[in-house]
Amino acid sequence: MIQLLAFYLFAAVVCVSGAFTILSRNPVHSVLWLILAFFNAAGLMVLANAEFIAMLLVIVYVGAVAVLFLFVVMMLNIDFAELRAGVMKYAAVGFALAVALVAEILIAVGAYSAGTLQLGRRIAPIDAKVNNIEAIGQLLYSRYLFVFEGAGLVLLVAMIGAIVLTLRPRTDVKPQKISRQVQRRAKDATRNVNHPVGQGVEL
Amino acid sequence: MNYSLQLMMALPELVLAVGAILLMLVAAWGGAQSTRLVSWTAIAVLIGAGISLAGPASAGGEAFGGLYRPDMFAAFAKALIFLAAGVSILIAPRFFAETSGDDLRPEYPVLILLSAAGMGMMVSAGDLMSLYVGLELQSLSAYILASFMRRDTRSAEAGLKYFVLGALASGILLYGISLVYGFSGTTLFSGIADAYASGEQKTGLLFGLVFVFSGLAFKMSAVPFHMWTPDVYEGAPTPVTAFFASAPKVAAIALATRVAIDAMGPAIADWRQIVIFASLASIIFGSVAAIRQDNIKRLLAYSSIANVGFALVGLAAGGEAGVSSVLYYVAIYVVMTLGSFLVVLQMRDAEGRPVETIASLAGMSRTRPGLAVAMAIFMFSLAGIPPLLGFFSKLQVFLAAVHAGLFVFAAVAAAASTIGAYYYLKIVKVMYFDEPAPAFGGRTDPVEGLLLVISAVVISPLGWPLLGFLEVWTGAAAKALF
Repeated sequence: MIQLLAFYLFAAVVCVSGAFTILSRNPVHSVLWLILAFFNAAGLMVLANAEFIAMLLVIVYVGAVAVLFLFVVMMLNIDFAELRAGVMKYAAVGFALAVALVAEILIAVGAYSAGTLQLGRRIAPIDAKVNNIEAIGQLLYSRYLFVFEGAGLVLLVAMIGAIVLTLRPRTDVKPQKISRQVQRRAKDATRNVNHPVGQGVEL
Repeated sequence: MNYSLQLMMALPELVLAVGAILLMLVAAWGGAQSTRLVSWTAIAVLIGAGISLAGPASAGGEAFGGLYRPDMFAAFAKALIFLAAGVSILIAPRFFAETSGDDLRPEYPVLILLSAAGMGMMVSAGDLMSLYVGLELQSLSAYILASFMRRDTRSAEAGLKYFVLGALASGILLYGISLVYGFSGTTLFSGIADAYASGEQKTGLLFGLVFVFSGLAFKMSAVPFHMWTPDVYEGAPTPVTAFFASAPKVAAIALATRVAIDAMGPAIADWRQIVIFASLASIIFGSVAAIRQDNIKRLLAYSSIANVGFALVGLAAGGEAGVSSVLYYVAIYVVMTLGSFLVVLQMRDAEGRPVETIASLAGMSRTRPGLAVAMAIFMFSLAGIPPLLGFFSKLQVFLAAVHAGLFVFAAVAAAASTIGAYYYLKIVKVMYFDEPAPAFGGRTDPVEGLLLVISAVVISPLGWPLLGFLEVWTGAAAKALF
């Protein structure tokens, strides 16, 4: 009973926030609605026993993509009114896409209910008792360790590339040198003078 | 199987990856002054990785549950790759020092090492996943290397073009991989071969095969997926172009061979048509388009497209003889192309700036006779004229095709190779019979000079004794796939 309730709650919120993502006039609001939709989709995934995908949704989509998107929206000052000006021009294309998507969903549901595609082999079958985060972890760090480390190297190369192609030594900026700041003593920075009255200050 | 043995099998990649990471640390702290140290250490790392090929890395078997194949085929391709990578590190310092703009930074050898590690993963792949990760590691390093001269707009353009088109090709390849995985239920090459042999899900697997071959054709720049090659080769710094034309080409051709034989062997009738088309199109288009080029780097780019076509002749033949002829061809091709780029590196005007026009080669036989002889050797060899080694490599692939019964194909390819001979010989004509252009400035670096002499001697008839060894090695390498 409680699962059913949770399902309808999450599903309803996903649908509503999805609609508001499109409909709200302020782009920042759109992104916030999108984040809400992601969170609730994650809830749906938990209900479907796919905790790993739920966490991916929260970490990757909410954490990274949505925040990044929010920054882009707020920092780039895109004129959304202008972007939306020609929306009716593309209504026919949009409608055609929507029809195609609906047709695909219907075909997929039909195929699924007719019995899914039977695959002869499973490359790495998992134990039904293990939950899927553990199962993925076990595969990733044992059977697929080699490609996992390879993927790590790919990310390292991406980082090296970003630095090599953009970082250059600059002479026109004055960076803070903390060690010099800390080494500076009071007596280097101040001096005591016995100043006679009535004369100007020497700096 | 115990884990340390599996690590020993992957020792070449481990040496390269660990070496690259350590050198990266040296580079991060040492800055631009450490370039010399990092470069020479990187050469040592490559030699170390090459030596480690003699151990379990070439003993056969499989590691990491079939993800990695440490066989003779992989070891042979890796030896070529490490050689080409080492040469591209050696020839870089002088080029960057004399090109106004950026100095050589120590990240250059580090990226070459990482790229070599990726290529090692590619040629030993026994699974679609290790194939893809290795390919991305190699390509990502290559994108960065292409735009390594940041202040040069052509270099930046080359990097960007390469990146965008490479990402597209990776998408095509991944789409094919997902189809193959979806319809066979496995990513292991052995399992995929079973799926192709069983004849179930035939249409789906066929679509997967077409997409996988399209993606691979892009990576080895075979027509019709070659469009990026001339622009990238022209824009990239010359040592990087030499690298692109050699090591990644070997890796991509070896990878395509392994996928074709190991994973899709039972579907040979299907992929043979694709390979024959790509091969003939590459040979003809590469040769015809090269005729009108006036930039030597662009010309060599088209020449590399045509050469991939010839290597694919061997692949289309299939079987042990075909595979060994592919390796035979690429081994000699690597030496010829590295030699040609070494000559291109010597082309500098009086102030030492690099020049790339073919017209500037005019009359080189009188101004720089030694260099002209070397270039003539490479050009005659690329044209496939006996008694140079380029003739024997072409002979091998054509013989393999004839033995496989592909008479018409071999005849057309051989006829088309004469178109290629035209533009190679045109360069020789410009060097020997045209009025001299201003002589090239600058002296030849001793290391580059030595490499130039070695490659010219290897390609000349003096290299004949090597052919026997090459035949034995390529035969052993091809045997590992069957």
